Amino acid sequence: MTDRAYIATRKGLFELAQKNGEWEIDGRHFLGEPVSMVLPDARDGTLYAALNLGHFGAKLHRRDPGSAEWTEISVPVYPEKPADSTDKTEWKLKQIWSLETGGADEPGVLWAGTLPGGLFRSSDRGDTWQLVDSLWNMPGRPEWFGGGYDTPGIHSICVDPRDSRSVLIGISCAGAWLTTDGGASWALRAKGMLARYMPPDLMDQEVVQDPHRIVRCAAEPDKLWCQHHNGIWRSVDNGAQWTEVTAPLSSFGFGVAVHPRDGETAWFAPGVADQQRIPVDAALATTRTTDGGQSFTVQRNGLPQEHCYDLVYRHGLVVADDGKTLLMASTTGSVWLSTNGGDYWRTISQNMPPVYAVRFG
Amino acid sequence: MAQIIFTQQLARFLPVPECSTQAPDLRSALDGAFAGNARLRAYVLDDQGHLRDNVVVFIDGKRSRDRVVLDDPLRPDSRIYILQALSGG
Repeated sequence: MTDRAYIATRKGLFELAQKNGEWEIDGRHFLGEPVSMVLPDARDGTLYAALNLGHFGAKLHRRDPGSAEWTEISVPVYPEKPADSTDKTEWKLKQIWSLETGGADEPGVLWAGTLPGGLFRSSDRGDTWQLVDSLWNMPGRPEWFGGGYDTPGIHSICVDPRDSRSVLIGISCAGAWLTTDGGASWALRAKGMLARYMPPDLMDQEVVQDPHRIVRCAAEPDKLWCQHHNGIWRSVDNGAQWTEVTAPLSSFGFGVAVHPRDGETAWFAPGVADQQRIPVDAALATTRTTDGGQSFTVQRNGLPQEHCYDLVYRHGLVVADDGKTLLMASTTGSVWLSTNGGDYWRTISQNMPPVYAVRFG
Repeated sequence: MAQIIFTQQLARFLPVPECSTQAPDLRSALDGAFAGNARLRAYVLDDQGHLRDNVVVFIDGKRSRDRVVLDDPLRPDSRIYILQALSGG
């Protein structure tokens, strides 16, 4: 049953709860502090919150099941940068940008994607973290560049439910990468994407792609969707090949959600373009495809249609396990919820802080 | 003994100690203050042991001169303030 959700914002973490059929704000935590990501762990009921304190750095907190108390736990720490390193990237944790659980057969395993581009793994519920050296030390990694932030960052971590050792990640900007051996080795997985911000002869290079967000269908794990800086791409073979899809209104945006049981169904929250990050005609809409991107439905019911300048960021659109309850939130503090696949959106709030991430759990 | 005074803004997150030190320089003084308190260290210093970008240190009324080496000399009666920088964050 889908009855709880979380909203990570510039000024705190908020809980939503469904009570008697109505969704309402039911709790708030870390009030005033930036919460860059939240992760409810469905395996054991733990809740994790990543903070990005302006003065004192990135922090991570854990709330154990049944507890009302938060405990500050370890954060990923970058190793000492070798004195002779020519890498211009500072080896310092800037932000925890993504948090995901390991597979169902890996209790306690967590993955953290960070700025400036390091992937970290914990096997003890975040008490300790290990940098995935194979990715960080890969030749060419210092050439990754920022997209969304000044430094590179990992925003998408898609664990394969068929094999927990198989994980696909999305990096802005370094394309998509797949490991099939638990992180020991990695291969690029962005063939078919097109980076139109690059010189013509470099546009198709996999490592320069800027996938704003990549999501995987839980029941059809080979089916992936990517909202890219330059459009929408999908893959039906676990990222071996990506095919561009054209949506109505605009194919530019950040967020994408895929139906948990139907990999042909996905939702998007379009903006005009990278140069104009507002809804098309200042009227907010989501777009939904149910046939793998061959056609789309534009969904406007319940969403503001005049003078709306909200932008839904990459972690601001999610679908619940029921495949029909959607949560969407904007960088100007609006939150909407749909219980029928986006056909109608109900306003939860138009006065929240800027929203970084939403999740059901 | 030199005194290390941490901003009370840190009290939102963790206990804020009052420290005295006989260390000859800032780095040694901070090492002593953070011994056995890695959590506090991580609020003031980053992964590489540098002073965080938006934390500032004043020693006897003057801003510390270096964020990496932290080799500012201390006097036996120095007062060292660890504060939030107003310039960022």
